[in-house]
Amino acid sequence: MPSVRIGGTDRIDVRKTYKLYIGGAFPRSESGRTYLVTNPKGEELANASRASRKDLRDAVRAARKAFEPWAARTAMNRGQVLYRVAELMEGRRDQFVAEVAAAEGLSSRRAGTLVDHAIDRWVWYAGWADKIAQVLGSSNPVAAPYFNSTIPEPTGVVGLVAPESSSLLGLVSRLAPILVSGNAVVVLASESRPLPSVTLGEVLATSDVPGGVINLLTGLKKELVPVLAAHVDVDAVDTWGVAADQQVAVEVSAAESIKRIARRPKGISDGAFDWTDDRAAQRPEWIAAFLEMKTVWHPIGA
Amino acid sequence: MTAMATETKPGAAVPATVPKNGGAPNSWGLGDGQAIPWEYAPAPESREIVTIRERYGLFVGGKDVASSDGLTFTTIDPSTEEPLAEIARATEADVDTAVRAARQAQSKSWGKLPGRERAKYLFRIARLLQERSREFAVLESIDSGKPIKESRDVDVPLAAAHFWYYAGWADKLDYAFPGRVAKPLGVAAQVIPWNFPLLMLAWKIAPALAAGNTVVLKPASTTPLTALLFADLCRQADLPPGVVNIITGPGEIGMALVTHPDVDKVAFTGSTAVGRKIAQGIAGQGKALTLELGGKAANIVFDDAPLDQAVEGIVNGIYFNQGEVCCAGSRLLVQESIADLLIAKLKDRLSTIRVGDPLDKNTDVGAINSRAQLDKITELVAAGVAEGAELYQPACELPGRGFFFRPTLFTNVAQSYRIAREEIFGPVLSTITFRTPEEAIEKANNTPYGLSAGIWTDKGSRILMMVKRMKAGVVWANTFNKFDPTSPFGGYKESGYGREGGLPGLQAYLRLEDR
Repeated sequence: MPSVRIGGTDRIDVRKTYKLYIGGAFPRSESGRTYLVTNPKGEELANASRASRKDLRDAVRAARKAFEPWAARTAMNRGQVLYRVAELMEGRRDQFVAEVAAAEGLSSRRAGTLVDHAIDRWVWYAGWADKIAQVLGSSNPVAAPYFNSTIPEPTGVVGLVAPESSSLLGLVSRLAPILVSGNAVVVLASESRPLPSVTLGEVLATSDVPGGVINLLTGLKKELVPVLAAHVDVDAVDTWGVAADQQVAVEVSAAESIKRIARRPKGISDGAFDWTDDRAAQRPEWIAAFLEMKTVWHPIGA
Repeated sequence: MTAMATETKPGAAVPATVPKNGGAPNSWGLGDGQAIPWEYAPAPESREIVTIRERYGLFVGGKDVASSDGLTFTTIDPSTEEPLAEIARATEADVDTAVRAARQAQSKSWGKLPGRERAKYLFRIARLLQERSREFAVLESIDSGKPIKESRDVDVPLAAAHFWYYAGWADKLDYAFPGRVAKPLGVAAQVIPWNFPLLMLAWKIAPALAAGNTVVLKPASTTPLTALLFADLCRQADLPPGVVNIITGPGEIGMALVTHPDVDKVAFTGSTAVGRKIAQGIAGQGKALTLELGGKAANIVFDDAPLDQAVEGIVNGIYFNQGEVCCAGSRLLVQESIADLLIAKLKDRLSTIRVGDPLDKNTDVGAINSRAQLDKITELVAAGVAEGAELYQPACELPGRGFFFRPTLFTNVAQSYRIAREEIFGPVLSTITFRTPEEAIEKANNTPYGLSAGIWTDKGSRILMMVKRMKAGVVWANTFNKFDPTSPFGGYKESGYGREGGLPGLQAYLRLEDR
């Protein structure tokens, strides 16, 4: 099982245990289970934690607890917190390049392009934090003497089934727009390529993102996705990474508590989507998908 | 939307008596059970302006057609239980025909029409609604049971205003969404409830048409008449055939409509239970979906609130439209220190509410929409009593026939009671007390619903803090039950998703492509 190494030496390397990231801590799965992760050629990379339903429920609880304080941060502060993630990823760039190259079976050059885009994506969304309300909110000219305005607010706890093929850039591209408005997130990482997400968790843990705001689980989708879709304390699900044959069941289950559902658009395949196309892969609509519009009325008078 | 009655002037359909007030005289100087010593002269609105046909067909492809199997159902006047008309009961084949007609119109005529021409059609409809407003108002009150003063002053003017507002968007889509090209979704399937039949039709049809979609709309089976009269308006407006199709029938037909494979967009207003079934019915189909579902709104009164205004707001919040309002302020959260005073004022005010003939211009609370709804309200009120809440109803007489229910006020309500948790959709208010703002927030948000909330206080900073903390899509501060086409409306949590009104209401009918 060759570990990811930066530069070759004869030294026996210290390998990493790939753990979950829940509530700001790095537990193993409470179930004690792991699963074998290979590269696209089938060569062994590592044992990843195989999260259980209990781990998922713990993650939702951590997200719920973290949600209100995170949403209550000022928009400028959330923007800086997202930007800080970019700063820290930049510092670990070589590690991410090596891990993405290994996970996705890419050249270092190609992996480098993906990592650069992932870093820049945080910066792009960071800048949105204090502009969402101005672009998507409104002052409404009602036909009566009332102050009337509409403010976007985060939905709450969002379950993100991360893209399956793009282990880091795809994940960041779906995660940042959910996060920037103040939502808390439970991520089911790519099942086949989970390792870069674990390293992202290590970045997040040392960033200014409060513990519990982002929770990262690795494991088997067929085991975890139904639990995520059915969890009544999850307000919305992003089904980008849900397998086609699981989509109907996920939506039926999510409808039980009237969850908001964000889907991969028709005709777009997970594997073929070009995450480096900035026009397509970073969109204010992806922020809007996890917002609630709140309209406020007040009489005008002396 | 106006408050029900801001003055306590005499006039009601039925004599009222003074409520029990613990033996003390109330503000009328009258003791418990004493009759209010004035007569209410009837002030009936004339029905002459409306001609109700014996039979109505479906409105498909611009034509009035019978259902494919010839079956019909009866719509009745809920204030008399008298039949009004026979209505075609659509079949699945009719649903298919209607969707085809809509598809044809979308691809051949409406979808190709420049926005400025679509706009003019919608302006026409707005004007026609204004011109025929009294006719629509009277028909709405006859078919639904709502008081004429509400259909006349609220439902119909707001419906016209919705068409007016969205008419102006039809040729301005290029300016609405920066960096995007807005395209219609195609055919919209719309299912609406019986509490605001024409207004809900306007909320659904106006933005859909402005965006370039065509629609198949199913009104509720107890209130089809104003939708079918609207079909005549489409004819008068020379709207191309198939742009608006109206099919009538029971819930199964609504389900057949939304699940039809050639529908691109589904919009539903109604109960959370049915909304859930619709979302499940179209799971995996990739259709755009907006849901406007149930509610259990908290109307929160702080000790510094202007109490007389708050009383009017509470009354408007729960007794407007017989309480058959998804955003009704059905949970009164009152700060403990003023609870006794507020409840006394509220009981006093309830004694002047006039329940009766929907077509009487002085009626505040009309008929409940159907026997089934009346039964549901009756059952939940009985549950409230059984669980230990204290019931108060003014001693007004109810008409001898028709579906009527007294304005009802519960005190001593625990949050666990059914009347505090379930949407009653009737004139029933449940009172819960709190001590601190934090407790009010906790209790207000302690529901799976999240459609609306009300806040009554004189303190500006507290209003803004409460607004921020309410998990509700519409927050009324020092007012309640106000609506406007420019003002987005819709819920958090199990009250649904998507917004109607304003720019979000338009976007719900558009696909945004990269420029």
